[in-house]
Amino acid sequence: MKLLRKIGESLLAPALALAFALVVTSAILAAFGANVITVFTQMWDYGSQASAIALILNLMTTYYLSAVAVAIGFKMNLFNIGVNGQYLVGGMVAAAVAGHMSLPGYLAIPITILVAMAVAALWAGIAGWLKVSRGVSEVISTIMLNYIAIGVISYLIVRTNIGEAVAFNVRGTRTIPLSGQMPGFTLPGADTPVYGFIFIAIAVGIGYWFLLNRTRFGFDLRASGMSPSAALASGVNSKKMALYAMLLSGAIAGLVALPDLLGSSHSYTLSFPTGYGFTGIAIALIGRNNPIGIAFGALLWSFLDVSSQQLDLIGVPQEIVTILQGVTVLAVVVAYELVRRNKVKAGQRSVGLALANQEAGA
Amino acid sequence: MRKLNLPRILLLVSGGILLLSLARLLAHTDDLTSTGTMSAAFGAAVPIGLAGLAGLWSERAGVVNIGLEGMMILGTFGAGWVGWQYGAWAALGIAIVFGAIGGLLLAIATVTFGVDQIVAGTAINILGLGLTQFLAKLLFTTAPGGGATQSPPIFGTLPHFTLSAIADPLTTVQNKNWFLVSDIAGIISGFFYQLSILTVITAALFGLTKWILWHTAFGLRLRSAGENPWAAESLGVKVNSYKYLAVTISGALSGLAGAYLAIVATGVYRGGQTAGRGFIGLATMIFGNWMPGGTAAGATIFGYIDTLQLRDDANIRGLVLFGAILILLISVYLFRSGRRNSGFAFGLFAIVMGTAFLVSKSFPPEVAQVAPYLTTLVVLATAAQRLRPPSADGIPYRKGESH
Repeated sequence: MKLLRKIGESLLAPALALAFALVVTSAILAAFGANVITVFTQMWDYGSQASAIALILNLMTTYYLSAVAVAIGFKMNLFNIGVNGQYLVGGMVAAAVAGHMSLPGYLAIPITILVAMAVAALWAGIAGWLKVSRGVSEVISTIMLNYIAIGVISYLIVRTNIGEAVAFNVRGTRTIPLSGQMPGFTLPGADTPVYGFIFIAIAVGIGYWFLLNRTRFGFDLRASGMSPSAALASGVNSKKMALYAMLLSGAIAGLVALPDLLGSSHSYTLSFPTGYGFTGIAIALIGRNNPIGIAFGALLWSFLDVSSQQLDLIGVPQEIVTILQGVTVLAVVVAYELVRRNKVKAGQRSVGLALANQEAGA
Repeated sequence: MRKLNLPRILLLVSGGILLLSLARLLAHTDDLTSTGTMSAAFGAAVPIGLAGLAGLWSERAGVVNIGLEGMMILGTFGAGWVGWQYGAWAALGIAIVFGAIGGLLLAIATVTFGVDQIVAGTAINILGLGLTQFLAKLLFTTAPGGGATQSPPIFGTLPHFTLSAIADPLTTVQNKNWFLVSDIAGIISGFFYQLSILTVITAALFGLTKWILWHTAFGLRLRSAGENPWAAESLGVKVNSYKYLAVTISGALSGLAGAYLAIVATGVYRGGQTAGRGFIGLATMIFGNWMPGGTAAGATIFGYIDTLQLRDDANIRGLVLFGAILILLISVYLFRSGRRNSGFAFGLFAIVMGTAFLVSKSFPPEVAQVAPYLTTLVVLATAAQRLRPPSADGIPYRKGESH
C-alpha cells in the first residue's frame, strides 16, 4: 500500500505535466483548424504498427543511453550539455576503428564499444579537468567542446583519409565489415529489425541503478551532488568525484552513437544525427534521473518522434510534437517544484502541529 | 587582477592591432584588415553581441539564460512572418515582442515557480525551435516565394549607409597596405562602410546598458537582485519585479539579435539561421566578465574570426600567425609573473602554431571554424578564477526566504 502510494506520488507530477502539454498542443492544433482527434488517432494508428514499434524501440535505445549519460552528471550537480560532442567524437573514432578491423564479432564489437566509451570519456574529461583544476563552468566548456567536436570531425572526414567515399557524393568512415556489425532481431510483421544494442542499453540501466544505489562510489557521488560541504566532512573529495562523474558521463555518452552505427548506418558520415544529446537532457529531466523514469521518458519521446512522421500527410506539421515535448519539459519541472513546495509546507505543518500538541500536553 | 582602466584598454587594443598588422605583413594576407573584412566582421558581431548583452541583463539580475538561442529563433521567425507582409520596420518590432514573450516565459518559470534556470532555458530552446518550425510549415509553405523552412523575402530593408566622408579616404589609405596605418584605416572605414542602422542601435544599447546598470539607482537595484537578493529585499527592493523586468528585456534583446539575422543579414527567416549564436553570445558575456565593454569586445573578436573563414583561405594563415605571436607573448608574461607551468604550456602551444604556420601553405577552413570556441576555452582556462559572475547568479530566489 505504501509502495503504491509512493509510485502514485512520483507519477502524479509527470502525468499532470503531460496532460497540461496535451491540452496546450490541442489548443494550438485547434487554433489552426486541425481536427485534434484525427491527429492523435493518426499518431496512434501509425505508431502501433509493428514496423513503427521497431523504429520506436531503436530510437528509444539511443535516447535512453543519452539520458543516462546526462543523468549521471545531474546526480553530481553537473550539467553535461556536451553529450552531443562526446558521442559524435566517440562514435566517429569508433566507426573508423571498426571499419578497419577484420576480427570476429565477439572481439570486434566489444573493442568498438570500448573505443567509443574511451574517446568520449576523454572528450568529456577535458571539461572535467577544466572544471576541477581551473574552475571553468562545465556548462560553457561543454558547449564550446560541442562546436569544436563538429569542426574536428568534419576536418577528419573531409580532408584526411579517415574519410572515404562510402556512397555517391558522401564521405564517411570505412563501412564496418559484416563481422563487426551488431545483429538485431525482427518483430513479427515488421520490416525493420530491432537493434541488438537494446540489450546493452538495458544493461547500462541496471548498471546505473546498481552503481548509484548499491556501491560506495554511487553514495559518494550522490552525497557530493547534494552537498559538497557535507560530503567533504565525511571524507569525500568532491573535486575528484566531479572529475569521475564527468568521465563516466562521457563514457556512457560514447555509447549513444553506437545503436545507429552498429545496427544500421555502419559508417559515420557528416549527416550522422547530431541532436541526441539535447534530447537526452530533456528525457533525464522528465525521468528525474531515475533509471526506470528515464525509460518511460525515452519511450514517450521516441513514440512521439516516430508516430508523428506521417502527420505531414494529413496536413499537420510533425513539429507539433516538438512543441508537445517542450511544453512537457517545462510543465514537468514546474509540477515537480510545486509538489516539492507542497511537501515542505505539509512537513512544516505536521511539525508545528506536533509541537503544539506537545506544549498542550505539558 | 589589475584593474582595466581606459589607458590599459587602449594599450591592449592598440597592441592587438599592431600584432594583426605584423601578421598581415608576414603572412602576405592583405585581406586580414581590409575595409570589406572589417565591415563584415562588425556585421557578424552585432547578433552575437546582442545575444551577449541579452545574457548580461538576465544574469545581472541573477537569472541564467540558456534560452537565448530559443528566444533568438522566435525573433527570426517573427521578423520573417511579419516582414514579408508589412515590411522591415514592423518585422523589427515584432521580433522584439516575440523575443520578449520568450523572456517572459522564462521569468514565469524561474521567478514565479523557482524552477532550475538552466532546465527552464533548455525547455525554451526546445519550445522555440518546435513552435517556429511548426508555424513556418503552416504559414510559409503556401506563401509566395516561401517554403517549409523559409519565409518569403522580407520587403524593404532597414536603412544602411556608408559615411563616404570618412570611409572613402580611409579605404584609399587602407589599400596602400602600409604597416599599421592601413590596418587602423581599414578598421575605422570598415565600421562606417555599409553601416546598418541596427549596428548603430546595438552600439547605443551597449552604452545605454552600461549607463543604466552602473550609473542609475534602478540599475543598482537590478544588480542587487543578482548579487544578494535577500539583502536587497530587506532594504525594500522588489526583487522579483526586477528579475521579471530584466529577463523580459533579455528576451527582447535576443529577439532583436534574431531580427538582425533575418532582416539585415539575409532578408528572410530561414530555419536554423541562428546557428548556435545564442550560445556564442553567452560565451562572449562570460568572456567579457559580465560587463558590457568586455562583452562587446568578445563579440567583435568572435565576429571577426567568424568572418575570416568566409572570405579568403589565406586569411586563416594570417590568423594562425597572429594567434601564435599572441600566445607567445602571453607565455612570456606568464613566465615573468612566475606561473611557470602555464607559461610552459602556452609556449608549447605557440611553438606548435608557429611551426604549423611555417610548414603549411594553406589551412583548412575548419581551423577558423573552431578558433572562436578554442579561444573561449583557453581564455576561460586561464582567467576563470578572475572572472566574477554575479554572486547569486543561477540561484532560485523565493520572496521571504532567508539564506
